[in-house]
Amino acid sequence: MNKSLLLAGVGGQGIILVSKILSEGLMEEGFDVKMSEIHGMSQRGGSVTTQIKFGQKVYSPIINTGEADVLVAFEKIEALRYIENLKISGTLIVNEEEIFPLPVLAGLEEYPDGVIEELKNKVDHVISIDARKAALDAGEAKSSNIVMLGVTVKALGLENIDWEEKIKKYLPPKTHEKNILAFRKGLETL
Amino acid sequence: MKKLMTGNEAIARGAYEAGVLVASAYPGTPSTEILENVSMYDEIYSEWSTNEKVALEVAFGASVSGARAMASMKHVGLNVAADPFFTIAYEGVNGGLVVITADEPGMHSSQNEQDNRLYAPHAKVALIEPSDSQECKDYLKRAFEISEQFDTAVLFRVTTRVCHTKGIVELGEREEVGIREYIKNPKKYVMVPANAKEKHIEMERDRLPKLHEFSNTTDLNRIELNDSKIGVVTSGACYMNAKEALGDKASYLKIGFSYPLPDEKFKEFAKHVEKIYVIEENEPYMENYIKALGIDCIGKEEFPLCGEITPQIIRRIVLGESTPSTYKLDILPPNRPPALCAGCPHRGIFYEMSKYKNKINVTSDIGCYSLGASAPLYVGDTVICMGAGFSSGIGFDRVNKMAERGKKVFGVLGDSTFFHSGMTGLVDAVYNKSDLVMVILDNRITAMTGHQENPGTGRNIKGEEAPMIDIVSIVKACGVKEENIKVINPYIMSQNKEAIKAALEAEGPFVIITKQPCALIKEVQKKRANLYSEVDDEKCTKCKTCFRIGCPAISMVDNKVIIDKVQCNGCTVCVQTCPYKAIKVHQERGGKNE
Repeated sequence: MNKSLLLAGVGGQGIILVSKILSEGLMEEGFDVKMSEIHGMSQRGGSVTTQIKFGQKVYSPIINTGEADVLVAFEKIEALRYIENLKISGTLIVNEEEIFPLPVLAGLEEYPDGVIEELKNKVDHVISIDARKAALDAGEAKSSNIVMLGVTVKALGLENIDWEEKIKKYLPPKTHEKNILAFRKGLETL
Repeated sequence: MKKLMTGNEAIARGAYEAGVLVASAYPGTPSTEILENVSMYDEIYSEWSTNEKVALEVAFGASVSGARAMASMKHVGLNVAADPFFTIAYEGVNGGLVVITADEPGMHSSQNEQDNRLYAPHAKVALIEPSDSQECKDYLKRAFEISEQFDTAVLFRVTTRVCHTKGIVELGEREEVGIREYIKNPKKYVMVPANAKEKHIEMERDRLPKLHEFSNTTDLNRIELNDSKIGVVTSGACYMNAKEALGDKASYLKIGFSYPLPDEKFKEFAKHVEKIYVIEENEPYMENYIKALGIDCIGKEEFPLCGEITPQIIRRIVLGESTPSTYKLDILPPNRPPALCAGCPHRGIFYEMSKYKNKINVTSDIGCYSLGASAPLYVGDTVICMGAGFSSGIGFDRVNKMAERGKKVFGVLGDSTFFHSGMTGLVDAVYNKSDLVMVILDNRITAMTGHQENPGTGRNIKGEEAPMIDIVSIVKACGVKEENIKVINPYIMSQNKEAIKAALEAEGPFVIITKQPCALIKEVQKKRANLYSEVDDEKCTKCKTCFRIGCPAISMVDNKVIIDKVQCNGCTVCVQTCPYKAIKVHQERGGKNE
């Protein structure tokens, strides 16, 4: 049975990088894998998603309503935005970080309170983490995407793949140490 | 060797393996990464052309001269290149010629979702549609063979989901096909009426019947028989979506070669299945053809014409499955539209323009500046296509005068757009004595599509040094009076203010050129890494004037105005806007504010 994974967040958070690392690792493990990334306008602080499906044979990576086994939200209101893609009994992984969108900054809309509580009340399986804090503990706030990679790998039970080698392949050498620490922080969350 | 590749990467690999020698393009989502990846192969000459028409003509010239050549563009780019496209159809090729069109059903990053398959029957050019990355590579090689075999250009149509989906690709070796001899042949390549009449007849009489026969026999159009109750005719990304949705519950006629369409294969397929669904995004291109053959099928009466056709839509329509249930929440998220980045050099002049809402209209253009039309700046009355920022402004201004509205028109576009098709509007404005104010936002790069070099960058696609075409000299040479040209630094608000004031008072065409590189350029980020602005809480009255510039780095947290140090690059537009001088710029060691 194929597994489907929806990653959602904000342009600039490094979601596409995490998706590349995940897809590459899955391919090397012998899975067929497809990953769809929608970008363009999204690099300007807009909402970004990538969709990954893996299994024996994958035709289309597109995930619609109620189809994702795992939803990884890199920002908590992005969990609200894409929750309808999550399967009933699927797993939500959510970063507690807040990134205010422009309409909120401009005072036209409000950033909601109690998001994590609402998610925990309504969704069956929620893994909530302050990835920014974990990344800071590992030495660099920018590595919060790699913390999320660690949590996702653990939630999917894919720890046997050599992810640290993939991290080294895709990230600049001087950041390896901190990113690998960040990845391990993510693994330890669960 | 196997590699995970997007469709665009696989097309580039296909070009390499096919022995392509010349590749040209103008950037545009979702096509941009095709040429970016091609440029990594030293065997292929690749260039960012000034626009899609130029790109296609460069590729055409290379083909006539004997090399395998290709031009890639987004769907609307083919409109720009349509002029050569239709006549190249008559002329045919020498070395293989492939035109890649990247369409956008669903408009993730485009202004329309036109279906460029329709260009193929219009121009009578062979059409190929791959469905995934492996096919992108394999079919591109086939496209060059077909181009040379039938002496025709080939239109290679992909869509966002094909371009931007990574899949596993089996790599092959490059085949050096070399350069064919060029023999002067005006009857074939000089399309004056006498020759064109001959070539048109020849195309209809000789080439198209051969392509038609090929369509009925090629394995690019293949029947996959499974259950006979449901038959699916489909192509491109829809094939993958249909397989994902229906698997073995349906039989398929997968169309990879879609102009001319294979009438015999449709008839044969109809004999095998009870009911035919035609699954294609946007226009009922295959559906109309099949219905005209007298074959019953279900198409746009059930499937949407607008947007993408996903596996879920297919399951709902074909299998009658209902949408899976999901979680419903009581909290709704605020919108998150794309915005001008923190430190974007466009912000200052847009903010200044936003103060003249009752005095000016703004005809905007395709690029980051289209973001100026959203909250809280709302600068922009129109956005239509590349170059229209200037030319549509000329017409807008004429009618403003006829209606005595007393409003000036500002046309806005960027450096790459200026070279693409803004220059022609500038010449028109001067020649026809327009009072248009033309604002060229020169950030030294094609920013929106992810930083491609352009004639103003000083570098080519390979990163090598290239002549830097000087926009100011062009403007002068076009005849704009010296006193009607203002070159400013848009980080300095007094310069924005003075330029706009001068433009409002001036007569005749007026040009403002803002010079400041995109804040996301690596060298710029490095240079400004230690610069940031900070709010003095004691002076801040929370008047929120700084919020009006629409900077994503500025927010209100716990009733305090905060500037995010990570995003801020110390552009100081907020510093200069604050009426209480409550914001200060910090310059840590190594930073330099220019």
